[in-house]
Amino acid sequence: MKRFLVVRIVSIIAFILAVPVAILGIQVFHDPGSKEVGTPVANAADQILRGGYLARAGDCMACHTTRGGAAYAGGRTIPTPFGAMYSPNITPDTATGIGSWSADDFWRAIHNGKSKDGSFLYPTFPYPNYTKVTRTDADAMYAYFRSLTPVKQENRPHALRFPYNQRVLLAGWRTLYFQPGVYQPVAGQSVEWNRGAYLVQGLGHCSACHTSRNALGATRSDTDLGGGLIPMINWYAPSLTSDAEAGLGNWELQHINDLLKTGISQRSAVFGPMAEVVRESLQHVSSPDINAMSVYLKALPQTGAARASESVYTTGQDSDAARKIGAALYDKHCVECHRAQGEGMPPNYPPLAGNRALTTASAINPIRMVLNGGYPPSTGGNPRPYGMPPFGPRLSDIEVAAVVSYIRSSWGNAAESVSPIEVGRYRTVPID
Amino acid sequence: MYLNLPSIMKKIVETARRAAYALLPLVLVGVAALTYNPVQAQSVVIADTMAQRTMACIACHGSEGRVTADGYYPRIAGKPAGYLYNQLRNFREGRRQYPMMIYMVDHLSDAYLLEMAQYFSGLHAAYPALRPVAESAAVMARGRILATVGDASKKVPACIACHGTALTGVAPDIPGLIGLPRDYLNAQFGAWKNGTRHAGAPDCMALLAQRLSVEDISAASAWLASQPIPADPSPRAAATEKRPMDCGSAPQ
Repeated sequence: MKRFLVVRIVSIIAFILAVPVAILGIQVFHDPGSKEVGTPVANAADQILRGGYLARAGDCMACHTTRGGAAYAGGRTIPTPFGAMYSPNITPDTATGIGSWSADDFWRAIHNGKSKDGSFLYPTFPYPNYTKVTRTDADAMYAYFRSLTPVKQENRPHALRFPYNQRVLLAGWRTLYFQPGVYQPVAGQSVEWNRGAYLVQGLGHCSACHTSRNALGATRSDTDLGGGLIPMINWYAPSLTSDAEAGLGNWELQHINDLLKTGISQRSAVFGPMAEVVRESLQHVSSPDINAMSVYLKALPQTGAARASESVYTTGQDSDAARKIGAALYDKHCVECHRAQGEGMPPNYPPLAGNRALTTASAINPIRMVLNGGYPPSTGGNPRPYGMPPFGPRLSDIEVAAVVSYIRSSWGNAAESVSPIEVGRYRTVPID
Repeated sequence: MYLNLPSIMKKIVETARRAAYALLPLVLVGVAALTYNPVQAQSVVIADTMAQRTMACIACHGSEGRVTADGYYPRIAGKPAGYLYNQLRNFREGRRQYPMMIYMVDHLSDAYLLEMAQYFSGLHAAYPALRPVAESAAVMARGRILATVGDASKKVPACIACHGTALTGVAPDIPGLIGLPRDYLNAQFGAWKNGTRHAGAPDCMALLAQRLSVEDISAASAWLASQPIPADPSPRAAATEKRPMDCGSAPQ
């Protein structure tokens, strides 16, 4: 009897141990895509050129280059809820970069999220998106990175808290949230749509920001694009599938193209982190590829409402008095460019009436735009952008709340008012 | 009666064609009126000028790049274009740390930043009245010595040795030092001392800031901030004599 109990306890413990061991074993030894081999290329120079283009489309530079630092030498701080991470050097320096990596190593990182030594990469590197990239494209990117001048710059170790600093635990994360696999064209959709889907879901890694993340930092589904608060940097990446937010279903294709390629459009202008995406990446993407992305984005199923759980607004002052203050401030500071009916002077001064970037449940973005103003990026299509003054130094929290509330509830806009407390929370200028 | 049908048909067609041509302008006006879009019409009125493009700058730096009344933001009007351009790039590339400025210029190209620098450099707005500086005569005297003579014992050359005898700067890269708020001057010395403001190597001002005591800096800023603006406040042409220090951002 006693012996039977011991056997039972031992087998339960063995089972409890066996599950993680099995998960770890599968994640360590199973390398999907490892049988795919690079195809030889006829023209090496062409391949490098194409790789450079793809690296732009993937916006590798945004993370792998620090402010004022050498291109692709890494070192940029990426704040996460789990601690600070520092992007690695991906120039072909043998000692500090990826100079000793083979094309197969590079492919494994892109496709399966593992480093050269087989260790798991943190998904801050968006391999859940990059896994959609074809071997041919990955090889071109590899050839491009090999062609760069090596920069000797040591990688800085991540400053993650326990237990997140234990890479081995990523075995569990990968089992739950990571599905390796190259993009498979959807039958019945046009070539253009499929190209757009490939770029949006893969290299473009749009979902890295435009999809909310769970407690373990995983996006809820890589094609969801339902909007999300970008962790730590506190900008709200609006839903691309909601008519109430940045859903593009009722946009003209040309306006989407303009926004992505030049940073401005008849409907809206890019700001915050999206301005960086346009500057570093999208303005360099070819017009046919931009058009394909627009076609795909426009065709995303529109769900209507954005996630209510994302809403972080606090209902503020709805009184007539507050509205009067807001209207007076608007007439004093905003009307010259955004006009009496909020119609703006597009594309240089975007309309506010019907501009859904302002009426998302979370009011973070309009608050920050009023506090900090700013410029859309200099792009090939808009090299000398017009800017917006920062009003943070001039207006109190109460005044900013009043004018943001006014903008959010005028000319057909119907979003919740914001409170001065919320304004105060976002006074810090977001730069990195 | 014989009717020349083909000829009549021809005439009718010809008349119709002429009428169509005659009416064409009217039709075009009509189409234009129907498709008239007030939003697009208004977009035409945005002034295609640097003044309009730099409205964001004057929120803090004052109308036409003057210094503003709140006593911190520096005057940018009339400063040498090379200096302004260097600073704009320094912000964008993290060598200067003022978050609002970094945020403003983060996504702007070199060509555009240069154009902005040249625009503000070309403005010569009137200077505001001096803000009184309350310091003792001894402090002011120390400030004057540092600015005009320097302190050889600390290996600190006079401000005028590089920034021009009238302290209005030297084209194209060296800024003027007068007409700036004292708080702003102090903040810059603090940033050099703490290593949060950098320029191209050798970073001469950072070196100097290390050699100066806090009292020296306070005296120099007090004296500089209380100097009257000369009749000609524009930067001087590049001097021929060699400057006492090498500066990466102002090659000589």
